[in-house]
Amino acid sequence: MNPPVRHHIANRAPLAPGALLTRWESLLALVLLLILVVAGGTLRGFLDLDNLADSTFNFSEKALIALPMALLIIVREIDISVSAILALASVAMGYANQHGVPVAGMVAAGVLTGAAAGVLNGLLVTRFAIPSIVVTIGTMSLYRGIAQVVLGDQAYTGYPEALGNWGQGYFFGTLPRPFAVMLLFAALFAALLHATSFGRRVFAIGSNPVAARFSGIPVNRYRFILFVLTGTMAGVAAVLLTGRIGSTRPNIALGWELEAITMVILGGVGIAGGSGTIGGVMLAVLTLGMVTYALGMANVPGILMTIVVGMLLLVTITVPVLLHRRTARRSA
Amino acid sequence: MSRALLKLREVQLAVILLLMVTAIGLRAPVFLSAKSVDSLLTDTAILVVMALAQMLVILTRGVDLSVAANLALCGMVAALIGEHHPALPVGVPIVAAVAVGGLLGALNGALIGLLRLPAIVVTLGSMSVFRGMIFVLSGGAWVSSQHMSPGFIAFPLDRLLGLTHLVWVALLAIALAWWLTGHTRFGRELYAIGNHPVSAAYVGIPVRLRLFAVYTLAGMAAGLCGYLWVARYAVAFTEIASGFELSVIAACVIGGISIAGGVGSVAGAALGALFLGIIGNALPVIQVSPFWQSAITGTVIVVAVVFNAREGRRIGKQILPVDAPRPRPLLAIPAAQAEGS
Repeated sequence: MNPPVRHHIANRAPLAPGALLTRWESLLALVLLLILVVAGGTLRGFLDLDNLADSTFNFSEKALIALPMALLIIVREIDISVSAILALASVAMGYANQHGVPVAGMVAAGVLTGAAAGVLNGLLVTRFAIPSIVVTIGTMSLYRGIAQVVLGDQAYTGYPEALGNWGQGYFFGTLPRPFAVMLLFAALFAALLHATSFGRRVFAIGSNPVAARFSGIPVNRYRFILFVLTGTMAGVAAVLLTGRIGSTRPNIALGWELEAITMVILGGVGIAGGSGTIGGVMLAVLTLGMVTYALGMANVPGILMTIVVGMLLLVTITVPVLLHRRTARRSA
Repeated sequence: MSRALLKLREVQLAVILLLMVTAIGLRAPVFLSAKSVDSLLTDTAILVVMALAQMLVILTRGVDLSVAANLALCGMVAALIGEHHPALPVGVPIVAAVAVGGLLGALNGALIGLLRLPAIVVTLGSMSVFRGMIFVLSGGAWVSSQHMSPGFIAFPLDRLLGLTHLVWVALLAIALAWWLTGHTRFGRELYAIGNHPVSAAYVGIPVRLRLFAVYTLAGMAAGLCGYLWVARYAVAFTEIASGFELSVIAACVIGGISIAGGVGSVAGAALGALFLGIIGNALPVIQVSPFWQSAITGTVIVVAVVFNAREGRRIGKQILPVDAPRPRPLLAIPAAQAEGS
C-alpha cells in the first residue's frame, strides 16, 4: 500500500473539451461570432472585406496600449497616464517635425518620450512604494499639462506623408498598417507572457507579490520594466495615431486610458492580479471594435456606444460572480 | 506640543496653503481682496463637497470613478425638471437630483458592497453608462440659461449672511463629514473597514451594508452637486464635469487621504480641495497662462504623494525589503474571498 499522501501538487490540469468551453475566451469568441452573424445578417455591407479592414483603424492604437496594460494589471498595477503619455509623445513628434527632423527621428522622439514617461512612473511606484493609481493620476495631469504648455492654443500639423502612410496606409493594398502592427505586437506580447520565464514570473508576482519576492523574483524590477514598456507602447501608439489624424491637439486621445482598461478587463484579466491571457484581450479588442463598427453602420450616435461598453463591462464582471454563487449554494 | 502639532499633515498643508496665498498676495494684492476670496471659495465649494464624499469611499479602500458622470446626469435631470416645470419651487429639482444620485450610487453600492466586486472596475463601467444616459435623457440637446427659471439659477449664488449658498453648502458638508467620521459609529466603522476588512468583519461590522451605504452617500453628494453645478453655470449638456472625478481624487490625495484605506481626515480633504481651487484661481491673477494649470496640479500631486510615502515608510521596520508593505487595496483580492464565506 502507498504511504498516505498529505499534499497533492498537481501539474497543469489535462485539457478537457468541457473546460475549454467554459473558459472566458470561449465565451468572448461566441459573443464575437454572434455579433458578426447578427450584424452581418441585418446590415448591408457589414461583411464587406474592405469595410471590415477599414473598421480596424478605430481600435488598433488603443489595442497597442491595452497589451502592456494587461501585463500591468496582471502584476496588480495600473497606469492611468497612458493617454497623457500618448499626447506628450505626439507633441514631441510635432516639435521634432517643426525643427526639420526626418521621419525616423520623429518616430524615435515619440517612442523615446513614451519610454521616458514610463521610466518616471516606474521610478515613483517602485522607489517610493506609492500605489500606482495615485502616481499615474498625478503624472497623467503632469504629462498632459506639459503637452498643453508646449502647444498653448496652437496645434501641430503638416506632418510628412511618410508618417501618414504608417497611420493610414495599407500593406498589399488591403491590410491596414496599424492593424498589422497591432497583430505583430499582440504576437510578441503573447509569446512574452505565455512562453517565457518572464511571463511566468509576471503571473507569480500578480498571484502573491510577497511570496514572489521571497522566492527570489526581483519584483520591483519587473514592475519598473512593465511601466517603461507601457510608456514605450503608448509612444508607438502615438506614432500611428499622429500619422493617421495628421495633427497634434491638446485633447488628443483624451479618455483612452479608460477604454484600454475596459478592453483588458473585458478580456478576462482579473483585477485582483495573477490571471489573464493576451488572447482574451485581443478577443475583447475585436468584440468592442465590431460592436462600434456595427453601431456606426446602424447610425447609432457614438455616445450611446459608451452605454454599451459600460454595460458590457458591468455584465461581464457580475455574471461570473452570480453564477459562482448559485453553484456554490447548490453544492452546499 | 507645538512640534507634535507641526507634524500633523493637515497642519503642514494649512501652513503651505497660507504661504502660497501670502506669496500670491504679495505679487498681486488683488488676490487677497474680499471679492477675490469670495469667488475663490464659491468656485471651490463643489470640489470640497465631492472630495469629502470621495474621502468616505477611499477610507474603505474603495474609489468611485463614476461621481463626475453621476453629477452630470443628475444635473441634467434637475435642468430638465426646471425646464419643463418652471413653476415648481427650486426644492423639487434639488430633491430629485439628490434622489437620482442616491439611486445611481446605490447601484454602485450593490455591486461593490453586496456582490463584493472591485470598486475600480464597477465605477469605471457605471461611469460610461451614466455618461451615455445623459445623452439618452436630453437627446443630445443643451439646456441653457433661457430654459431655466430665474429661481433655479439664482439659488447657488444667492447670499446668506454675506456668503453664497454654495459656500454654505460646503460648510454644512464639512460639519456633517466631521460629525460622521469622528462622532458616529458609522464613521468609525468606515475607518475600521479600510484598516483591515477581514478584522472588521470578525468584530461584527456589517462590511457589505456599510460599503453599500457609503457609495449611496457618495451618489447623493454627486446628485446635489449636479444641481449646484448646472444652476451655477446655467447650462447642462452631455460633457459637463468630464474628468472632474480625477480632480476630486487628486484633492483627496493632496489632503493626505491614503488610497490604501483607513487614513484620512475631513480637514485634509477640505484643504486638498482648497489647494486645487487656489491654483486654479491664482494663475490668471498672477498672469500665468492657464495652460500651466494641469502641469502644476500634476506636479503638486506627485510631490504630495512622495512626501506622504516617505513619512509613512519610517513607521514600519522590515528585515527583508518586501515590495508590498501592505496589501494594495485597489487591485487586491476582494475581502469576501479572504473571509472564507
